[in-house]
Amino acid sequence: MGLGEFLFLLTGLKWTVALSAIGFVCGAIGGLAIALMRTSGMRPLERLAAGYIALFQGTPLLMQLFVVYYGLALVGLRLSAWVAVSIGFTLHASAYLGEIWRGSIEAVPRGQTEAASALNLKYVSRMKDVVLPQAIRISLPATVGFLVQLIKGTSLASIVGFTELARAGNIVSNQIFQPLLVFGIVGILYFLMCWPLSLYGSHLERRFAVASR
Amino acid sequence: MTRHVPIRDTATADPMIVMADVEKWYGGFKALSAINLSVRRGERIVLCGPSGSGKSTLIRCINRLEVCQKGEIRVGGTRLDDDGHSIDAVRREVGMVFQHFNLFPHMTVLQNCMLAPMRALKVSRREAEETARRLLDRVRISEQADKYPAQLSGGQQQRVAIARALCMRPSVMLFDEPTSALDPEMVKEVLDTMIGLAEEGMTMICVTHEMGFARQVADRVIFMAEGSIVEEAPPDTFFTQPRHERTRKFLGEILRPY
Repeated sequence: MGLGEFLFLLTGLKWTVALSAIGFVCGAIGGLAIALMRTSGMRPLERLAAGYIALFQGTPLLMQLFVVYYGLALVGLRLSAWVAVSIGFTLHASAYLGEIWRGSIEAVPRGQTEAASALNLKYVSRMKDVVLPQAIRISLPATVGFLVQLIKGTSLASIVGFTELARAGNIVSNQIFQPLLVFGIVGILYFLMCWPLSLYGSHLERRFAVASR
Repeated sequence: MTRHVPIRDTATADPMIVMADVEKWYGGFKALSAINLSVRRGERIVLCGPSGSGKSTLIRCINRLEVCQKGEIRVGGTRLDDDGHSIDAVRREVGMVFQHFNLFPHMTVLQNCMLAPMRALKVSRREAEETARRLLDRVRISEQADKYPAQLSGGQQQRVAIARALCMRPSVMLFDEPTSALDPEMVKEVLDTMIGLAEEGMTMICVTHEMGFARQVADRVIFMAEGSIVEEAPPDTFFTQPRHERTRKFLGEILRPY
């Protein structure tokens, strides 16, 4: 494998990172909204959020990407592969992060909200200052775990013609007929992204545990 | 036990808290029935009774941590209802201390005390810190200001919780079994802090089984059973001449010498 092929893989890697980042950041915003709806105490909002979570956890990511890419094209909304997979991953991550964070919000002891209410803190401050900082700490291992899943999940974007790391590997492999070498390198690149993240996750977890001891 | 805090004559003071025919159900279970209670400004009430008798529920209705289904609650002239403004006005007046302290574990002691004044009273950071340090000093814990709650003993945590509530400048303090979760040797430091508050004229409602505290501080002791107020009297009368059989039985159980 020459330098040109390797650089092509790195271009794929760049799009994998970009897609993961977009999916995670936009999914975090959507997920926070879903988690807050799900714990709002308002029935219609809770049902809506629960339905959304059920839908996206109950169907394969691959199918979700198909529906966004081909489905929206059918109703006349022609999106580039780039925009389509970004939307798909955002919707997907919103559901999972929403569910992870709902659990974490509910795991914060009730007395915390009560003390905050008794101190006349309103909803926004109760959440922002009291509940969410504790919920984030609780959710950290699961959140980082999901991010790792999301990064690996971006390989599915190749199915709609989006050239990220896995598809770049496929293309190179078809050119130089050394699949084992190429996919070995692709695997190492994925590992180098995911492994430090997992380490970072456990590091944060330990640090928070010390702070709250 | 000798009484250091004189009974306060509050007969002419205006009522600070009024509960009229308050009822509360949890599903089919009636937690409070026909509660009528008037607390005058400066009055110190001790609320006692067997567990499940509705003491905590009663004081939690006063700052709307619980919602009652029937009756009327007034705090400092404000009638509590679903309107956010009334809840806001009432919580402004009422501070609360919980059995399990409920300090915010991710914040230092000082931050715990500064958060609500900055958010709810919109005071400046400097003013909030000044108030917090002054009140932490008053509960004699100022040297722990930069520690996290988990680094403190239970008694220290509860004193921080008292200081945190005082930082909001309440005119009434509710205590929900403030010493029940403490090791015995820490009960005194918390009670001493509460006695100090009582001496300074704070209106207080304390759910507690510390009968020594009741004797020493309360202007009125109220006994509850099964969601109703059974008996209320000044501590002398309450402990020496309880009128109801239910009260006598309860006092016999908690005052029994081993």
